[in-house]
Amino acid sequence: MTLKAKDKERIVNLLGRKPTPTEEAMFDVMWSEHCSYRSSKKFLKLLPTKGNRVVQGPGENAGIVKLNEKWYLAMKMESHNHPSAVEPYQGAATGVGGIIRDILAMGARPVALMDSLWFGDYSEQKTQYYLNGVVSGIADYGNCIGVPVVGGEAVFLPPYRDNPLVNVMCIGIMQSEQMLKSAAKGEGNLVVLVGSKTGRDGIGGAAFASEELSDESEEKRPSVQVGDPFTEKLLIEACLEAASTKKVVAMQDLGAAGLTSSLSEMASKGNCGIEIELSRVPLREEGMKPEEIMISESQERMALIVKPEDYNEVKEIFERWGIDCTVIGKVTKERRFVIKSQNSIVADLDPKHLTESVPPYEGAIKRPNPKRVNVSFYNANKGIPELLKDPNFADKDYIYEQYDHMVGVNTVLPIGIGASLMRLKETETDIGISIAIAGENSSERAVKRAYRAIIASGAEPIAITDCLNFGNPEYPEIYGEFAYLVEELASTCKQLSVPVISGNVSFYNETNEEAIPPTVVVGMVGILHDIKDAKRPILKGRDNSIVAITIKDTKDELCAKEVILSSLDNIVSMGYNGRAGILLSLTKAAIKGDIGVIIVTSPIEDAAYWLEVKDIAKWKSTVNKKLRWSIIGKTTTDRYIQIKGQGQIDIGEKRNVEG
Amino acid sequence: MVKVRLLVTLKKGILDAQGKTIKGSLENLGYEKVKDVRVGKTLELYIDTEDTESAIQMTKDMAKKLLVNPVMEDYSIEVEEL
Amino acid sequence: MKFGVVVFPGSTCEKDCYYALKETLKQQVRYIWHTETHISDIDCIVLPGGFSYGDYLRAGAISAQSPVMKEVKAFANDGNLVIGICNGFQILLESGLLPGAMGINRSLKFTCKMQRLVVENTDTPFTHTLKKGEILNIPIAHKEGNYYIPQEGLNKLRRNEQIVFRYYGENPNGSVDNIAGIVNESRNVFGLMPHPERAISPLLGSTDGIKVWKSVIEWKAGR
Repeated sequence: MTLKAKDKERIVNLLGRKPTPTEEAMFDVMWSEHCSYRSSKKFLKLLPTKGNRVVQGPGENAGIVKLNEKWYLAMKMESHNHPSAVEPYQGAATGVGGIIRDILAMGARPVALMDSLWFGDYSEQKTQYYLNGVVSGIADYGNCIGVPVVGGEAVFLPPYRDNPLVNVMCIGIMQSEQMLKSAAKGEGNLVVLVGSKTGRDGIGGAAFASEELSDESEEKRPSVQVGDPFTEKLLIEACLEAASTKKVVAMQDLGAAGLTSSLSEMASKGNCGIEIELSRVPLREEGMKPEEIMISESQERMALIVKPEDYNEVKEIFERWGIDCTVIGKVTKERRFVIKSQNSIVADLDPKHLTESVPPYEGAIKRPNPKRVNVSFYNANKGIPELLKDPNFADKDYIYEQYDHMVGVNTVLPIGIGASLMRLKETETDIGISIAIAGENSSERAVKRAYRAIIASGAEPIAITDCLNFGNPEYPEIYGEFAYLVEELASTCKQLSVPVISGNVSFYNETNEEAIPPTVVVGMVGILHDIKDAKRPILKGRDNSIVAITIKDTKDELCAKEVILSSLDNIVSMGYNGRAGILLSLTKAAIKGDIGVIIVTSPIEDAAYWLEVKDIAKWKSTVNKKLRWSIIGKTTTDRYIQIKGQGQIDIGEKRNVEG
Repeated sequence: MVKVRLLVTLKKGILDAQGKTIKGSLENLGYEKVKDVRVGKTLELYIDTEDTESAIQMTKDMAKKLLVNPVMEDYSIEVEEL
Repeated sequence: MKFGVVVFPGSTCEKDCYYALKETLKQQVRYIWHTETHISDIDCIVLPGGFSYGDYLRAGAISAQSPVMKEVKAFANDGNLVIGICNGFQILLESGLLPGAMGINRSLKFTCKMQRLVVENTDTPFTHTLKKGEILNIPIAHKEGNYYIPQEGLNKLRRNEQIVFRYYGENPNGSVDNIAGIVNESRNVFGLMPHPERAISPLLGSTDGIKVWKSVIEWKAGR
């Protein structure tokens, strides 16, 4: 058990007695950092979560924004760092499974995934081991369930060598009346468990993610969860079909801490009680103790609340899809979480003691080390030819070709360049979405990179989800990094008016007391009223002017947005600075478009966007005077890219990553 | 109860890409004496009978119907009484 | 023309096929669940791509034993049209409706990208409006697309001109003779690894898939 003496004391006070073994195991996982967010909650409260499109902010399985009156979009990002460090293939695969179910629990159909992956230096064997395992894990799971991975990023920096990061974002869509929440309600309603049988997977997983990795973690491999994407696919179809009958009162997925977290959340949110009988839970292993059943993290399971008179209809749907569907208990009026095993009570407590009574972490905060925060660990100070081969900046087709990024026939091709774009055929409209994922050691840089990616695609940013990856918060300096970067995240999002509607915190990303640099990963979605209006960072015309827009402060940022989004009919193609500057972006745009370009002014400080402008005279006469911009070159009929101070780069040359 | 082990392998002559890759990795680790690696799969079937002959026959039928692809795969059977 | 798109547990591309046929090609379409046995109202059966039964055991192996496949075999033996795409092709091979078998890509990795194909045979309902030697851009997305057939079988395929599409430019999976799609001897059953239902719009990178669907629609209309 990982709870400290003070916590144990508090539990005895809350219950008025010592906890039973089952209750002890439940508190152990629910009060762990991973489940309770005890160290992070007070800072996360600073984040702006409201907006005129926001339907659901943080607090449910995923955040939801309105696309139009009829259609909603759900989004969330999650980390699966610790399991991936121990078993990269299954760790990454089950990470995908988990985030999919969070979206599914809201009643949404998952339609896209994106990943942000962080490893050590590209040339290290350990990096290749993690990279191959993680990518094939995500690929095999995502491909099998038929949800396209439409983009992402891969970062190769030495501090992440022993602590890889696997952050996965999922987007889903649903009709507004399909939306489901997790609060249990209705005395006498049935608590229904659907999905795979329960085994000993991941027991202690939530507690595991709240500890640092060490050489002992190697032996913890048996407790890592194993995914079954075939069952997940059937689960998705069955749950969505059940939801469409409007006979599902509430839905919740089983993730970290399994039945314990799922059911205690449902009861707490509904301010009611849940009573279950463990002998009804379908088991995969023999001789499982009550506490094992309650904290098992077996994958591909969901909990539903269904009225007794509707149960047969719901059960028929799951049976047709070949998914186990079992009544394991009922909703009660009094707010108690009662767990019986063969009719004897093994736990009986107020569910809010598990979900809300955790004492917040009151650890010391020290000012963060300036060498670790808001620092760029990349070395982009190279010539364009070197950047094209640098593992951090080179094309990642060797990764995304392993993902079926086209299933669903919504993905606008090509991917791997700028924000990812999707039409949404299910909506029967021309609406499009633009999705970006950006991780940095600075909240401001992460938000702005994602923001610019969305704007550069011609879309209006509407919401953010995030993953905050840090070391051990029990070290004051690390806790200070967290506090600082959450505050920075809050202020940047407020300045740009983009709300944070969901997110995830991952602490304890350290090995043998060496922490990763603080890593903020932002996922952002933008909306396009007509997907055909989207812009790509791919040069298209000959003899068009290339304009660079520079940004020095927030005023400039908002001015650029306003100008760009109102000038789309005069913009042929467009890109943004990304991690290595607009010149690299322009070079890739020339190669991808097979169009020559000449840049006569280089370098350009604070350059944020480049635009291929159709009618430069119109641009000059109509552009907002406050915008900082200049003409830096033009597209040509040549077969090369020429940048002042850098020489010529042949367009047709094939380039490979060299690490 | 009888446990039948069905070992399924790729037919000789068919390119075994997995086997080839594994052989390369073993060579890199210094095991040059490994001349070939073929990757297959083992299915363990727990059959409720005391009659090993009928269990073997049942397995051959199942192999023909579903468990083995005769175009690309070969198989062998081992039996163990439990 | 009425298409029937079969749905197996684990199929993922059935909605894409349905969308392409209904919205883009304006044809009648319905889904056929894998346990259904009534398919006589259908003009062309489509076995879509995906991971039926998780590709467990072998891709398409378990699906080939579904109740609906018994009907599909009879339907095909009566000379009716069947098209199997990707996992659908794998199911046709496992069912014995097409000769050969599918192995893992030589790279051992899943590969999803736009692929160039060359049209080898236009004497089939699925390709009769195309030109021999024409190059098409149609995406592939598979880990087990390495088509294999013993030499004797390959000779027969060549003799009978059953090879319909070959990969052009480079072979993405190691398939024998660069085979990407084949028909049976009577040319009514077509199996191919590339996804014609994905090449239906400039947004999606190519409209060449429409040509394949239009070909079979026009062939049927001419009867």
